[in-house]
Amino acid sequence: MRTEPITDASGRPIPVARTWHWGRWLAAAVALAVAAQLAYLIVANPNLDWGKVAEYVFHERILSGVWVTIEISVLATALGLVLGVLVAIMRLAHNPVLSGLATFYIWFFRGTPVLVQLIFWYNLAFLFPEMVLKIPFTMIGVKWDTNEVMTGFTSAMLGLGLNLAAYFAETVRAGIQAVDNGQTEAAYALGMTPAKRMRVIVLPQALRIIIPPTGNEFISMLKTTSLVYVVAGHDLMTNASQIYKVNNLIMELLIVASLWYMLMTAVATFLQGRLERRFGAEAVRLVRGGGLATRILPKAAA
Amino acid sequence: MNTPDKQVVRASGVRMSYGEVQVLNGVDLTVAAGEVSCVIGPSGSGKSTFLRCINGLEPVLDGSLRVLDQEVGHTLRGGRYHPWTPKEFAAFRRNIGMVFQRFNLFAHHSALENVACGPVHVLGIPADRARVLAMEHLERVGLADHAHKRPHQLSGGQQQRVAIARALAMNPELMLFDEPTSALDPELVDEVLEVMKGLAAEGMTMVVVTHEIAFAREVGDWLTFFADGVVVERGRPRELLANPGHERTRAFLSSVLHPQERQASQ
Repeated sequence: MRTEPITDASGRPIPVARTWHWGRWLAAAVALAVAAQLAYLIVANPNLDWGKVAEYVFHERILSGVWVTIEISVLATALGLVLGVLVAIMRLAHNPVLSGLATFYIWFFRGTPVLVQLIFWYNLAFLFPEMVLKIPFTMIGVKWDTNEVMTGFTSAMLGLGLNLAAYFAETVRAGIQAVDNGQTEAAYALGMTPAKRMRVIVLPQALRIIIPPTGNEFISMLKTTSLVYVVAGHDLMTNASQIYKVNNLIMELLIVASLWYMLMTAVATFLQGRLERRFGAEAVRLVRGGGLATRILPKAAA
Repeated sequence: MNTPDKQVVRASGVRMSYGEVQVLNGVDLTVAAGEVSCVIGPSGSGKSTFLRCINGLEPVLDGSLRVLDQEVGHTLRGGRYHPWTPKEFAAFRRNIGMVFQRFNLFAHHSALENVACGPVHVLGIPADRARVLAMEHLERVGLADHAHKRPHQLSGGQQQRVAIARALAMNPELMLFDEPTSALDPELVDEVLEVMKGLAAEGMTMVVVTHEIAFAREVGDWLTFFADGVVVERGRPRELLANPGHERTRAFLSSVLHPQERQASQ
């Protein structure tokens, strides 16, 4: 916006009048009043003990819960991403059995609530008390007690990871299909097999489209892990709920948990921004570290 | 390498359709080793489709198409033709270079990586060696200074020259050009044609689908006129351009030739 004087034909400067944004001032005033009222109601609430909030924020069990939440989020997201790419490639395969299986997988895991899946995995022992892995028609194999394998942690990781894979597969499929078909034709014309074309040409380019939403999936995952408290996964929400079930400081511990979730989300949002800047840019180098680019162009890659 | 009269492409009665639409209605055409065969014709005449059949990008539905002594898409074994697996298609295409109208350079690779890509990932040549070879091919098309640029940083003409270098890096026995200058700004056409002329002079076997009549006249050994999915006529470029034998050819030529070119061809 221009604020410096404008000179007229004779060279005389005439000042520019200031624009008053009445709407903005009005909206700001209303928002400020409502926010102040809400803040007063919460901060000055006699039923809320802020001292306890401060006491529990760095409580040992809360901190270990934060750590478990991060672990479950990272592992479940990693499982979901890897499996999601596999399911997407199967979905696009010419083999009707593979693409049928992938379609079924996506339908099944998107069609059942993730809460149900978590409880299912945790209680798998009701169906199969023992897990046996053995070579058919021999006695060679290993056996586990299902209840020992399916702890709150592993069932959380499996449930959340398998569920994310179903959603992520659709993101990957969209990314793969967005790569221009000319790239595929050029790869075939060079003598690449379909698998090599996918790995060397199409997937690296699809990453640009696929990677930005993964940040979103991870942020969403951080908070979906709170569902894990139904299977006692020792995550942040489980531990917070176990504390308030004993001392009845429900609101205080929910605030403690929320503060940590917000902090984790803020950090993840910052990382997501960096990820998007790196992969969204036009001239980005998608093949890195050990890829063809660094091997044949060590100087240019540096 | 190639014996003088060896037939690299031999098509007889090749038919192809997209669903109900017949695109090729029985194409007969041969290309001998070392020849430059130019193909012209109105859009929709099937000339590009035929080119794509040669390296198996489109399936031949009827007739016989032999390329480099192989029936494209099938192998005769035990009295039956067995359809190729994706691997067999890949192995076949290694010997055939293709240059596309829209370049189709790999967008995530630099010019050098584009050229090195085939040798590294298809032929298994070590990366450092492939890099040296790729640089030689880029020098040949005059783009050594642009080796580290990405496709979007290059002009259309430069991109197409990289695409030619990429195809040449596989040491093909046959080069296919699908309207290589049609997507270029007029002032960029010549730099691409110059590279193709050099290639022809070195004895490369080339099939060129083009609208560049002057190029066909100057460089082509044969000129083929396509219309409605068949070869209407084929001849030595100068003769065919000066004395087209069919009314279809005459009508097409008069619609594409500029007045001075028409004079030159007479």
